[in-house]
Amino acid sequence: MNFPKNLVYTAHDEWLLVAGDEVTLGISDFAQDALGEIVHVELPEVDAEFAAGAAICEVESVKAVAEVYTPVACVVIAVNEALDGAEDALNSDPYGAGWLVKLRVTDASGLAGLADAATYQARVGA
Amino acid sequence: MDLRRTPFTDRHVALGARMVDFAGYLMPVQYSGIQQEHDAVRQAAGLFDVSHMGQVRFTGPKALATLQWLLSNDVSQVAIGTAQYACLCNERGGVVDDVFTYRVAQDDYLVVVNASNRAKDVAWFHAHNPNPEGCTIVDQSDDWALLAVQGPKALQALQGLVNVDLESIARRGFVSGAVDGVDGCFIARTGYTGEDGFELFIPVNLAEPLWDKILAAGAAVGMLPVGLGARDTLRLEVRNCLYGHELSDDISPLQARLNWVTKLDKSGGFVGSEAILARRDSETHFLAGLVIEGSRIGRDGMRVLADGQDIGWVTSGTRAPSLGRGVCMAYLRPPYGKPGTQVVVDVRGREAAAVIVKGPFYVKESA
Repeated sequence: MNFPKNLVYTAHDEWLLVAGDEVTLGISDFAQDALGEIVHVELPEVDAEFAAGAAICEVESVKAVAEVYTPVACVVIAVNEALDGAEDALNSDPYGAGWLVKLRVTDASGLAGLADAATYQARVGA
Repeated sequence: MDLRRTPFTDRHVALGARMVDFAGYLMPVQYSGIQQEHDAVRQAAGLFDVSHMGQVRFTGPKALATLQWLLSNDVSQVAIGTAQYACLCNERGGVVDDVFTYRVAQDDYLVVVNASNRAKDVAWFHAHNPNPEGCTIVDQSDDWALLAVQGPKALQALQGLVNVDLESIARRGFVSGAVDGVDGCFIARTGYTGEDGFELFIPVNLAEPLWDKILAAGAAVGMLPVGLGARDTLRLEVRNCLYGHELSDDISPLQARLNWVTKLDKSGGFVGSEAILARRDSETHFLAGLVIEGSRIGRDGMRVLADGQDIGWVTSGTRAPSLGRGVCMAYLRPPYGKPGTQVVVDVRGREAAAVIVKGPFYVKESA
């Protein structure tokens, strides 16, 4: 499994690419593998606001549905519309074409304590 | 508690399968992926370990009379070497289990039950045996391994391994035979996937090597090992019921639209037949098939709405791999189960529009 070093990872298996006060968020290679073939994604509205720890998306595979959480308080600035009908990108390219949302961070305190790639990899045992 | 194992558990682990607890057994839910495994069964062949299923043997001069009383279908119509689907009902007209009955000989039947219901069924059979002197009931579940080889190329893949002419076995027929030299097997042209295929009952102590032998024989036709995940999507696409979803102790077989295996006019009736008749005209919900518009997926337990009212609940749902559409089975109040009716599934507070359809979701193109 692949865990890029330029990302940070949450306890719920999301990844974040942090660039200033903007964050791109998706699910990790470990998460997509555990879910299996993803067939539906429920994305939020652009401009929607979320508190740290809130469920922001749903990702559903043939067998199971998983909620995706934002670790930071944020406003949604973009959603990956291209996933509609191409949900398998979450399986084949979870850190690239499988990104879910871009967020503007409104309170950065939630970024503290997220795991780096090595720590996350050790935690999931992959 | 340790999970029970089948003769093939080590093979599944060696193949990298994702293993889960299913009815107390450690079973493979998927190997290469549900879509790929599903497609292999629809287009070529798949090998399933279904050894967790139970087998109960009924023998003796009163075996037929006993099964006629215990099962909803007319067991007298089952010729030697053929099999029949039926429900096992309770006195309230609900379903204890759905089973397949294989007639081995004149007074010898093998009844295949769901793994999750095995203990309940065996106790039920004994408690309701009207002829204990003339019919011996033995739980043989631990004596048999069961493999299913399903798909349009199952016959071609298996023929070289068996000592019988597979083409000569009729649909729902079976014969005694040897699989790769292992004698004492039953080779049945039955299954749960909507495809042609075979189920192999194998003496449990001799079964383990056959997994690799069958996969090797199937490699040329593209056979894949298939887990419980694709088994569920395959059965759902052809609207086969699954106990615990479409069927339960409270649901009548008539609600599940299993009228074709519910012989209420059978001489002497059967356990539950009077109750099924008594409640027939007051049943409020009947099983229907729904196709969802859009990519949302209905799941077991979700409510179904129409005209602003709650009209029923989903019992099974998935994205059907052969169709690329969301499909559900659901218990709906008349008249909403009528084909063509527009309804809405409540998917965690979001609406998924759906339409009622008649018959299987997936229909095989004729060759």
